[in-house]
Amino acid sequence: MKRIYVNEEWCLGCHLCEYNCAYANSGIKDMVKALKGAEINPKIHIEESGKITYAVSCRHCEDPICVKSCISGALSKKDGIVCIDKNKCIGCFTCILVCPYGAIRPSDEHAVQKCELCINNSVEMPACVKGCPNKAIVYEER
Amino acid sequence: MKNYVIIGGSVASVGCIEGIRSADKEGKIIMLCKEKVPAYCRPLISYYLQKKTDFQKMKYRSDKFYQENNVELIYEECKKIDTSNKSVYTEKGIYPYDKLCIATGSSPFVPHFKGIEKIKNKFCFMTQDDALSLEKTIDKNSDVLIIGAGLIGLKCAEGLTGRVKSITICDLSTRILSSILDEESAKLMQKNLEKNGIKFLLGDSVSEFNNDSATMLSGKQIRFDILVTAVGVKPNIDIASDASIETEKGIIVDNNMLTSVPDIYSAGDCAQGYNMSSDTKSIIAIWPNAYMQGYCAGVNMAGQIKEFDNAIPMNAIGFFGLHALTAGIYKGKVYKEKSENAIKKLFFEDGKLVGYILIGNIENAGIYTSVIREKIPLSSLNSNILKKQPSLAVFNEKNRRKKLGGVV
Amino acid sequence: MGVEFIYPEFEVIRNTNRCITCRVCERQCANEVHIYDDENKVMLADESKCVNCQRCVSLCPTRALKIVKSDCRLRENANWTDGTIKEIYKQANSGGVLLSSMGNPNSFPVYWDKILINASQVTNPSIDPLREPMETKVFLGKKPSFIERDKKGNLKNNLTPQIELSMPVMFSAMSYGSISYNAHKSLAMAAENLGICYNTGEGGLHEDFYVYGKNTIVQVASGRFGVHEKYLNAGCAIEIKMGQGAKPGIGGHLPGTKIVGDVSRTRMIPEGTDAISPAPHHDIYSIEDLRQLVYSLKEATNYKKPIIVKVAAVHNIAAIASGIARSGADIIAIDGFRGGTGAAPTRIRDNVGIPIELALAACDKRLRDEGIRNNVSLVIGGSIRSSSDVVKAVALGADACYVATAALLALGCHLCRTCQTGKCNWGIATQNPELVKRLNPEIGSKRLINLMTAWKHEIKELMGGMGINSIETLRGNRLMLRGIGINEKELEILGISHAGE
Repeated sequence: MKRIYVNEEWCLGCHLCEYNCAYANSGIKDMVKALKGAEINPKIHIEESGKITYAVSCRHCEDPICVKSCISGALSKKDGIVCIDKNKCIGCFTCILVCPYGAIRPSDEHAVQKCELCINNSVEMPACVKGCPNKAIVYEER
Repeated sequence: MKNYVIIGGSVASVGCIEGIRSADKEGKIIMLCKEKVPAYCRPLISYYLQKKTDFQKMKYRSDKFYQENNVELIYEECKKIDTSNKSVYTEKGIYPYDKLCIATGSSPFVPHFKGIEKIKNKFCFMTQDDALSLEKTIDKNSDVLIIGAGLIGLKCAEGLTGRVKSITICDLSTRILSSILDEESAKLMQKNLEKNGIKFLLGDSVSEFNNDSATMLSGKQIRFDILVTAVGVKPNIDIASDASIETEKGIIVDNNMLTSVPDIYSAGDCAQGYNMSSDTKSIIAIWPNAYMQGYCAGVNMAGQIKEFDNAIPMNAIGFFGLHALTAGIYKGKVYKEKSENAIKKLFFEDGKLVGYILIGNIENAGIYTSVIREKIPLSSLNSNILKKQPSLAVFNEKNRRKKLGGVV
Repeated sequence: MGVEFIYPEFEVIRNTNRCITCRVCERQCANEVHIYDDENKVMLADESKCVNCQRCVSLCPTRALKIVKSDCRLRENANWTDGTIKEIYKQANSGGVLLSSMGNPNSFPVYWDKILINASQVTNPSIDPLREPMETKVFLGKKPSFIERDKKGNLKNNLTPQIELSMPVMFSAMSYGSISYNAHKSLAMAAENLGICYNTGEGGLHEDFYVYGKNTIVQVASGRFGVHEKYLNAGCAIEIKMGQGAKPGIGGHLPGTKIVGDVSRTRMIPEGTDAISPAPHHDIYSIEDLRQLVYSLKEATNYKKPIIVKVAAVHNIAAIASGIARSGADIIAIDGFRGGTGAAPTRIRDNVGIPIELALAACDKRLRDEGIRNNVSLVIGGSIRSSSDVVKAVALGADACYVATAALLALGCHLCRTCQTGKCNWGIATQNPELVKRLNPEIGSKRLINLMTAWKHEIKELMGGMGINSIETLRGNRLMLRGIGINEKELEILGISHAGE
């Protein structure tokens, strides 16, 4: 299955992935309208350590411990993608407790949020991948 | 074609079904379930009281789950296991098994208090039924007394907040969440609960009940309309011990979730398995553990081999927006950061992270959890970053590349 | 401030209605033009630092940015232009030699733009390259002037070593040091994929790039940096650099700050020392001396590698080429005055040398006249900007063209012409690891391959139009060219008729 892979060698730490993610998930057609003045809460985030930067988002594990641990049945794996049902999630943060990547974060609406590979957005590939200026984030079979 | 029987209908059983089906799509699965509903998310009953969810949303799996996994769901309570005939008995029927999983869970433990029999409105807080009957009884003018400042008692209190007049929680322990938090962390959580109107009587318990009040050991009188007991739970292991399956506090299982009797497995709150943190067998009565034990049992029942050998105690608890995430054990050298509304405590022993408590800033806590579960020596980590803020930067470049560039 | 003040050359225009303060511009500007004002939550800009490299413009996700030339102009006239006056101010401020990069920007004639290409009509058919085979392959090196046979009458192979190119284009010399590791890697990967060559320049060859040997031309220049036996044998040819179009007559100077780590090791000089390439080769004062070096290199490589001698296009270039052709060199490379550089004194860059078109035509004619044209191949460079430039160059007599600026543009260069600062925001002309990583060779090489593939298609189209199906047939075929708007003398040197003739 196609997944997002991150190569820190090429990550510029420009944070564009975060903004493209926030935009893609806003459901708003215009980026300015979607993000102007907004504090973004993207589903991918750049971690920085000294001069090293890299993007972290859900790895869609073969054996996702977040799904196994979810106490509300909100996390599930569908066609290889770890999905979150926002209606079911009550924001207990058990998934944050167990995710070994730090890929799950609280959302702005009582639930948690995570990358779902933009399957629910009208973009042909994950927005972070599409917008990465240096191919540090790629979407491919490995 | 194998006959699988699962006793119990909650998360461990669902884990068991998914474990079996990962390896065996054909075998017949019978699930015996005492509660007359399919698996639902028990820890969510307090959110039900808060109206943040409802019984439909609380279903653990979709309505089609049992059908899709070809599971025969039978709402009967198992009464007996006959290990020689490899059958289990309910009042209505006999169910032969090739592989059996006991996932009977636990029940509330209600100690005897003098005069408790006179209390009309007394509840436990474990099941949907408990939540429903509690909801029916409360009103805006209710004064609620909760015995037990553990997770269940506190969650119940949070659920009732705003729907009743007052909530008082008493506990013999001098701090709340005594099995999960240390003194300092408990204080911080308590402060937040108190800020939201919950009253505490700690180091104190009921000595005697009168009709509408309790006399405390300290001599205090507490008036109440509704009593909730949340002192603790006891694992449901009688049918196992009756069948001569080895039990201590719970049903003893190995890392494959196999009991002392061949072909009989156990998982969930009734099972006493390996606890990596304490290096003993103990009951880790938490939801994720129940699922993973159930899944592991299922895979092994279906004839494949799977071990679950890195269970650790861990908890994600939150009240009124303040979250505490904890894992492992609290011993060894401590690294601590504290502010008014946040605590970070990391516990190091033998060159490894063995436990942590995070309150407030809980971002990326799972990285700590994984470092504990994978027993990664500090020498191979950037421990400065580890202490400051968990991130993948704690790992060296090679490991990080593997994590971000490979299939996991 | 005061008398030293020079108003910034560019203005940063930010459409605050579009700006989402994502701060990409700030993070991506090595010149630190953009600043985030945390208090007012807006982006600010210090345009005095802006070099107009357009990195911020390119990465701004909402197109909120543009960089424009400042309209704050001095009171200029046709003689004292704004630029000229400011150069005076700069020198009065600093007392130093002005430095610039890339090629001569001044409005000297571009003869490529004054030459038109022929096409077939009626009497000789044009060829459709999509339907019929079209050969763009060329071989560079000395061509035998007679056929030799052994005693049995079989043909003897008397062909000296050649460079085989799938199209008459190569990436010209840019040293590792002047450009980044990733830029070099992109060029090497693209050259391999395209079946052409790239050139190490005078920086040695990084050990990682030996695998691209068959597509590598290794350069030996006056500083002899990074030259050793393995290096000489690593490529498919060796180039002796006598001169460079952007700065004829002077050497090179890579400051010690850039001689770090791998660059130092590859150049075989200590970290932090200035890499000074002398103006002349101190062992070459005559064609005879040059011949010695040519043959030394041939000896060192067992006569298996063709030797290129690269010179800048200067006055008397035809005579110089004739001398080189007699020195034993297999290929002559001539670099015109519009050729790029990582750093050159502005006065030299802007005033020394001659246009490559004239130099090429003169050399080709001279070598033909002397009957030695087949002793050498002619490679020319110095601002080849398009496939039509290539076609015109071949028709004027070139065997192949060197391109560098166009290749850099494909890699992301926006021709801001501040390579000398080492703060290339596109990761090309820099050794700062944070900037170098901005050029992912996977992307860079793909873009180079795209560019050259496009050129190759266009070359075939142009050839087909002329009814020519092999690039060899076009070489020196000046009948295919006509001049436009140039005078008799220029037409004479170019050896072409005027349009309409």
